[in-house]
Amino acid sequence: MRFLLDTEQTAFGHTLDRMLSAADTPAVVRAWAAGNHGPGLAVWERLADAGVFAVAVPRAYGGMGPLPVELCVAFVALGRHAVPGPLVETVTAVALLSRLAERGEPAPAEEWLPRLGAGKARVTVALADGGPYALDADAADATFVVTGGHHALRLATGHGPVQPSLDPARRLSRPLTGGEPLAGGPAVRDAASYATGWAAFTTAAQALGVGLALLERTVAYARTRTQFGAAIGSFQAVKHRLADALLGLEFARPLLHGAAVALASGAPGAGAEIAAAKVAACDAAYAAARTALQVHGAIGYTAECDVSLWLGKARALRSAWGTPAACRARALELFDQ
Amino acid sequence: MDLDFTAAEDAFRHEARTWLAAHVPRTPLRSLETAEGFAEHRAWERTLSADRWSVVSWPSAYGGRDRSLLEWLVFEEEYYAAGAPARVAQNGIHLLAPTLFEHGSAEQCARVLPAMASGATIWAQAWSEPEAGSDLASLRSVGVRTAGGWLLRGQKTWSSRAAFADRAFGLFRTHPDADRPHRGLTYVMFPLDADGVTVRPVRRLDGKPAFAELFLDDVFVPDADVVGEPGRGWSVAMSTAGNERGPTLRSPGRFTSAARRLVGLWHAHADRDDTGLRDRVADAVIRARAYQLSAYEDATRLAEGGAPGAKSSLTKVFWSELDLALHETALDVLGPYGELADGAGDAPARGAWAEGYTFSLAGPIYAGTNEIQRDIIAERLLGLPRGTRRA
Repeated sequence: MRFLLDTEQTAFGHTLDRMLSAADTPAVVRAWAAGNHGPGLAVWERLADAGVFAVAVPRAYGGMGPLPVELCVAFVALGRHAVPGPLVETVTAVALLSRLAERGEPAPAEEWLPRLGAGKARVTVALADGGPYALDADAADATFVVTGGHHALRLATGHGPVQPSLDPARRLSRPLTGGEPLAGGPAVRDAASYATGWAAFTTAAQALGVGLALLERTVAYARTRTQFGAAIGSFQAVKHRLADALLGLEFARPLLHGAAVALASGAPGAGAEIAAAKVAACDAAYAAARTALQVHGAIGYTAECDVSLWLGKARALRSAWGTPAACRARALELFDQ
Repeated sequence: MDLDFTAAEDAFRHEARTWLAAHVPRTPLRSLETAEGFAEHRAWERTLSADRWSVVSWPSAYGGRDRSLLEWLVFEEEYYAAGAPARVAQNGIHLLAPTLFEHGSAEQCARVLPAMASGATIWAQAWSEPEAGSDLASLRSVGVRTAGGWLLRGQKTWSSRAAFADRAFGLFRTHPDADRPHRGLTYVMFPLDADGVTVRPVRRLDGKPAFAELFLDDVFVPDADVVGEPGRGWSVAMSTAGNERGPTLRSPGRFTSAARRLVGLWHAHADRDDTGLRDRVADAVIRARAYQLSAYEDATRLAEGGAPGAKSSLTKVFWSELDLALHETALDVLGPYGELADGAGDAPARGAWAEGYTFSLAGPIYAGTNEIQRDIIAERLLGLPRGTRRA
């Protein structure tokens, strides 16, 4: 057993961190929230060059994956820098189409996966178990829809009006009905359920990154902000909140890595491991957000403060791709006899 | 990154499981916090050590099996899954022994460790004093120099297991002129039946004498029972404080096995529409799994030469709060049976949940309160400025 990132995986994370630190992501996020996708798409291209999408795409389609540990590392970095866009949804589509190919429907995978892995296309998805909305359909080249009941996969012909999210950089809309069916039946049902697991997994990794960013920024603030003649970070009430934020994040990470290992091995228990990781990472990120807001005080409650970019995301990711209640119900299976 | 065990590790797990299946007492032992239960648990320590299962990670010279931290985690998973008794020898094994391995002389190791491994000597800790709890460095008990050793004077308290244990270890002020409170302390081992020692058992919440006050009136300790250099006791004790807070004192196997039993309890007893309670059961499961995986990280790091350091403070807060939440949830699932004490004839699981609950209430307090741990986390892991708490 070697249950830690290896040097290459760690270096991959550092490379992405450096690249995204230099990309001024707060400005990118604000532009994206305003419907200006240009700067975000430029970041997308650089992420593709760094291999973020290639690690999701199977080798048969020109990718390097699927490599769940590397994906986890990438999505922690994406969350840490609040990168906008249908990132989780693109990986979800990759999982959906590659599973469908394994189940005898290879055409959509052959058409889309090489482009998705190379970053030449961005797609979004609306799967029955993930709620009625597609994220960032206005920035996507295609919206894959799997409806409940008869389990048909189709490409949406467009989307309804954007429904603003508590995270302004998450642009939600309902896919329009209609569109040519690409596949149907049990293969689609199985592929959609498999893809929903990858969506929950990458959302959890993103949430962990969001929580880490909130904690880092808040610790930095608490070290420099003074009141009563002392840095507020020297006060025990502040310290203990920040210590609890770290505690939650520190024990969410092994669950995420455990889920990555389970996904890599194709173990039947992966769903429960993912659910546990999603609960822990999203709870930890949300707790970090509440602490970040409280420790920043009034400035943290403003849209002009960069912390706001992560606060909304921590809230939104909790219920994206698996509600807390659904994930907890699933996680019970971990220790079920 | 993987979670695979080698064939040798799997074989070790199988060997442990087979031995435990054949030896774990069918009837649970009485509480180790009672005189008769203490004796039963000591006998169990002898049974364990007779087949070299009491200290698997120790060198074979002292009764161990030279096993890695990962293999110890495997053993513990099997141990608690088998429903084996609590370890009455744990304070010696997990607190004193690591200190001896690091600071003890060869003579001390050879004399103390085999008797500890066999249960012949059961150790109690003697850290706290009436005026020195979290602020341990302010302790007042002294060691006065005498020919060939030291005379201990003073009072220790909250000494776990001391009501029935054989020996104790603790810190004493031997150099009163030292410039800082945590300097001038000496780490000593002493017998609890020596002349000048008075042991007054203290009953914990449920009435059992789980700890004791120790009154020391010129108790002679030979130089051979000083661990490390006289006057350097604080750093001797603190260098292994991570052992008390890290994954070894409260192994993940305890919690994964308790979480598994909790899920069974939930399925057997609970009102299935009570999703609030179901979520708490799920949280106990999730956190037990997180602790297990975190320990696998620690085992990997240790195998590659790393050290736990201040991370052990995170671990201590995590397991102590998990233990409490897990038992609180179990008592809530048990409904009207949840209030039955472990001596009650009707107590579910022969009182194991009630006993575990009472035990878990102390977790956030001992081994450095969780408030002290949060200070350490904030200052050493997050780099926040020190407050006015310490000089």
